[in-house]
Amino acid sequence: MTHIAKPKFHHPSLPKNKLGLTHRDYEGVVSTLCAGCGHDSVSAAIIDACFRSDIEAHRIAKVSGIGCSSKTTNYFLRQAHGFNSVHGRMPSVATGANLANNSLTYIGVSGDGDTASIGLGQFCHAIRRRLNMVYIVENNGTYGLTKGQFSATNDRNSKGRTGKENPYPAIDLCSLAVQLGAGFVGRGFSGDKEQLVPLIQAALKYRGFALIDVISPCVTFNNHAASTKSFDYVRDHNDVMDRLDIVPHREEITAEYEEGSTVDVTLHDGSQVTLSKIAKDYDPTDAESVLPMLHAERNGGAIATGLLYIDPEEQDLHELMHTSVTPLNSHTHDLLCPGNETLAGINAAHR
Amino acid sequence: MSMEATDVTDPEYFHKVVDCQWACPAHTPVPEYIRLIAQRRYTDAFMINWESNVFPGILGRTCDRPCEPACRRTRVEDKPVAICRLKRVASDYRGDISDRLPKIPTHKNGRHIALVGAGPASLTVVRDLLPLGYECTIIEKAPKGGGLMCTNIPEFRLPVKVLDEEVNRVLDLGAYSRFNEEITSLADLLNEDFDAVFIGSGAPRGKDLSLPGRSEASANIHIGTDFLGSVAFGHTEEIGRRVVVIGGGNTAMDCCRTARRIGGKNVFVTVRSPRSDMKASEWEIDDTEREGIPILDNHNPVEFVLTDGKLSAVVFEKMQAEYDASGKRTLKPTGEPPVVIECDDVLMAIGQENSFPWIERDLGVDFDDHGMPVVDSQTFQSTRPGVFFGGDAAWGPENIIWAVAHGHQAAISIDLHLRDEDLRKRPSPLTNLVSTKMGIHEWAYDNEISNDKRYVVPHTALDDALASLSVEVELGYDERLALAEAKRCLNCDIQTVFEGPRCIECDACTDICPVDCINFTANSEETDLRSRLRVPAENLEQALYVSDALKTGRVMVKDEDVCLHCGLCAERCPTGAWDMQQFFYQETGAQKPQVHAIAE
Repeated sequence: MTHIAKPKFHHPSLPKNKLGLTHRDYEGVVSTLCAGCGHDSVSAAIIDACFRSDIEAHRIAKVSGIGCSSKTTNYFLRQAHGFNSVHGRMPSVATGANLANNSLTYIGVSGDGDTASIGLGQFCHAIRRRLNMVYIVENNGTYGLTKGQFSATNDRNSKGRTGKENPYPAIDLCSLAVQLGAGFVGRGFSGDKEQLVPLIQAALKYRGFALIDVISPCVTFNNHAASTKSFDYVRDHNDVMDRLDIVPHREEITAEYEEGSTVDVTLHDGSQVTLSKIAKDYDPTDAESVLPMLHAERNGGAIATGLLYIDPEEQDLHELMHTSVTPLNSHTHDLLCPGNETLAGINAAHR
Repeated sequence: MSMEATDVTDPEYFHKVVDCQWACPAHTPVPEYIRLIAQRRYTDAFMINWESNVFPGILGRTCDRPCEPACRRTRVEDKPVAICRLKRVASDYRGDISDRLPKIPTHKNGRHIALVGAGPASLTVVRDLLPLGYECTIIEKAPKGGGLMCTNIPEFRLPVKVLDEEVNRVLDLGAYSRFNEEITSLADLLNEDFDAVFIGSGAPRGKDLSLPGRSEASANIHIGTDFLGSVAFGHTEEIGRRVVVIGGGNTAMDCCRTARRIGGKNVFVTVRSPRSDMKASEWEIDDTEREGIPILDNHNPVEFVLTDGKLSAVVFEKMQAEYDASGKRTLKPTGEPPVVIECDDVLMAIGQENSFPWIERDLGVDFDDHGMPVVDSQTFQSTRPGVFFGGDAAWGPENIIWAVAHGHQAAISIDLHLRDEDLRKRPSPLTNLVSTKMGIHEWAYDNEISNDKRYVVPHTALDDALASLSVEVELGYDERLALAEAKRCLNCDIQTVFEGPRCIECDACTDICPVDCINFTANSEETDLRSRLRVPAENLEQALYVSDALKTGRVMVKDEDVCLHCGLCAERCPTGAWDMQQFFYQETGAQKPQVHAIAE
C-alpha cells in the first residue's frame, strides 16, 4: 500500500457538479489493494458516477461482504453510510437496511467469491425479491485474498498462473440474474470507464435490482497470458453490445450514433436511458432474447458488455410488500411502538 | 496531425518542468538545495548555490527572485515556496567551505583579463576564470568590491559582513584588485596589453528631472543612488526631518527607508503611476509600509518650491491612468488642485542609466542610437573581439542574479576566445537522470506533500530596526521554520518518467493522481488534445508529456502544469511503467564542471 496520504491539493480548474462538489469530494481513503488492481478503477468509476449524478454522498449506503472487492467501500464516498458485513451476507444486510429506510440509495460491492460461491443463495434471493439496490460484482475469477485459487466465475479454459487447469465451468452471473428476474443487468470492464461510468449512473437511477458484473482483472494472480480475465484478454474479446446515454428528466437528447438501432427506456423517475445498440440482433428489454444472446456470446468466446437487459416496468420490494415508504427513522415513536394494548390485540388475533 | 511523442532525452524538456530552475537566470538547481536544507545539509546546499550563483548570502537577502512567481506551488496553492529566504538559510547555517573552493593553479596559463567594475558580473567572471589558470585584474573606482551590491543596497537589508565575505571569497581566490581607480579611457586600458577586457561597470548614473526650481534647490535634492552610496561609505550621516522620495522602484524603497534611519521623521514616497504599476517588488513595498512610510501614488512632481533660497516643498499634480483597447497606459492629469508637500530634502529615485563617456567611439566598440553598446546576446562580446560586456553595463539595469548569469556566459566566451575557438560553441549543460526508487513505495526523496502555508520570515522589532542603519531588518528563518518551509517544496526535479512498453493501461495512475493530470486517450493535434483531457490543459506555458502509442492505440498524455511530483502514479503502477527519477541539471561554466554529489 501507499505510505503517504493522498495530497489534498487538487487541480484548480476541476469541474464542479450541481452541488458545487468536485469528484475529489467523493473519494474515500487511499486503497490498500495491490497496485494496479481493477477494483480501484471500479471505485474511481463509482466516484465519477456519483459525482456526475449530483448525488449527495450522505444519501448513499455502501454495503459489502468479505474479500478484496468488499474492502473497496472504504475507498469511495467517505461521507456515505456503510456496512461491511459477513462473507456472502451483504444482501441480507442490504435488505434489512432497505426495508428500514428506502430513501437511501444502496450500493452493494461484492466479488466473485462473495457472490458466486459463499453468497450465491443470498444473491439469488435478493434478486427474486427485487431489492432496490445497485449490486456491483468486481469479478476477477480468482480468490486473490487467499493467494489465487480459481473462483466460481473463472472460465473453464482459463488456466491458473502456474498453468493449472480449471476443471469447472463458470457461473455466468448476468445470465443467472436475468433468469431470476433482475430488472437491470449490465456488464462492464474496469479498464473501460467510458462504458462503466454511465452504466453505474443508469443503475443508480434504476428502481429495483440492478446488477453490474464488472470484469476487474487481478494484477497479482490472474492477469497472465492464460487467463480469460486479464486486461489483454478482456480487451481482445470485449463485445460491446451498446453505449448508454443518460438523460435526466427527459431533457432533449442530441447524441448521434453511427450504426445499429437505439432503444429508449424511461425509468421510474422520468429519466431516459438511450441504448445505442451496436449491430446486434436482440432486444435488451426482452429477457427471452437476451438469454440466447448471452449464451451465444459466451460460447463464441466473447465477453458481452454493456447494459444487457433492462425492464423498466418492474416493481421493487417495497411496492411488492406494501411496506413503509417513509423511513422508519422518520416515524414518530408512537407509530413505531404503539404500546401494549395494540400488541395484545395482535397476539389475540393469532390465538 | 497527432502529437509527436515527447523526447525526454532532450535535457531542456525536464529542465522546463523544474519551473524555479528554469526561471532562474543562473539556473540554480533549486529543489536540490532545498532538499539538502531539509536534510540539514546546509553546507552542501550552500555549495550548490555558490557554484550556480556565486553570492548565496547576498542573493538570499536581495534577489529579485524570478523563481518564486514561477513556483508550481502558486498554481496549486497560494504562495510560492520562500526559495530566496531558504537560500539565506543555506548561507546562515553552513559550515566551513574553505576546503570545497576550487583549487587555483599556481602555474598560470599566461593570459590576463582586465575587468572594469567590481560588481557581481565581474566577480562571477573572475570566479569562473581563475580556476582555469587565467590571471584577472579588477579595476574599481570605489575603495572596495561589490559594485552596486555595496553602494546601493542599504546595510539594514544586507549586512556589510555578509557582503564583504562573499565578495572577498572571490577576490581571495587570487584576483588582483585596483581599487580607488576610475577608468577614464578604454583606449588606455587596451594599451595595457590585457588579453581580454570585461566591462561590468553597471548602470551607475541615476536619472534626474529638470523641473522649475531644480537647480536652485540642488543643495537639498539628491540622486537616489548617489545618496545610497554616500550613506554606505559614511559620507552622508543625516538628512532633513521631512523627506520626499520621488520614484516607485526598489531604489526608492531603499532611499526612504534609509532616510527614515538617519533623521527623516516624515518621509513620503511619491510615484506618478497607480500603485499597482509600481516597479518595486511587492515585498519591498510591504517592508516600506511596515516602517510607517506612506506611499502616495498618482503624484507627478511639477515644481520644486524654494523659501529663502532653500528647498521648502514639492508641488505635485494628481494623475490618473487611462488604458486604451490594447492595454497601453497613458497617465493624464486629473485637473484636481495641485498637492504641495513641504519638505527639507528630496531624493530622486526614478531610474538609472548607463553612461560610457570613457569609451572612445573609434575603438571598434559600436554603440546603438540609445548610447548602449552593441553586445551579442549569446556571447556577450562587443563588436570589438576581446572586449566583453555583462551585468547592467550590457543592457541596462537588471538584478544581481542576471549579472551573475551574464558573468558565467561571458567567462565561457572569454575562455573560448582566448583558446581561438568558436564563441557559438557553448558547452552543453551537465545533466543526470536517475531513479529514486529505494523499495516498494520508498523513494530517495520525501514525497509527502505539505499543506502548510508559506512561513513568514521573522523581523527585528520596528523600533530597534529604525534606530540604526546597520540593524538587519529580516532575521532569517530559525531552523524550525526553515525545515517546515523547505518541506513545502514539491520536488519538481523528481520527474515522472513514463515507459510506455511496460504499461498495461490499468488506469491506476489516472485514478490516484490527486491533480488529474494523467490521461489515456486517442492522440490528436495539440490544441484538440489539450481540450480533451480530464481537466483541459489551458496553461499553454506548460508542456504535455505524450507517449508513443500504447497497446490499445491510445497514448498517455500528462499535463505537466500542476503535477505535485508526489509519486503516487509510480506507487500505484503495477508494472513500473512510471518511475520517479531525479533530474539534475547544471549549467556548465567556463570552469570544468564540478559534479556535485547528488543525494548520497
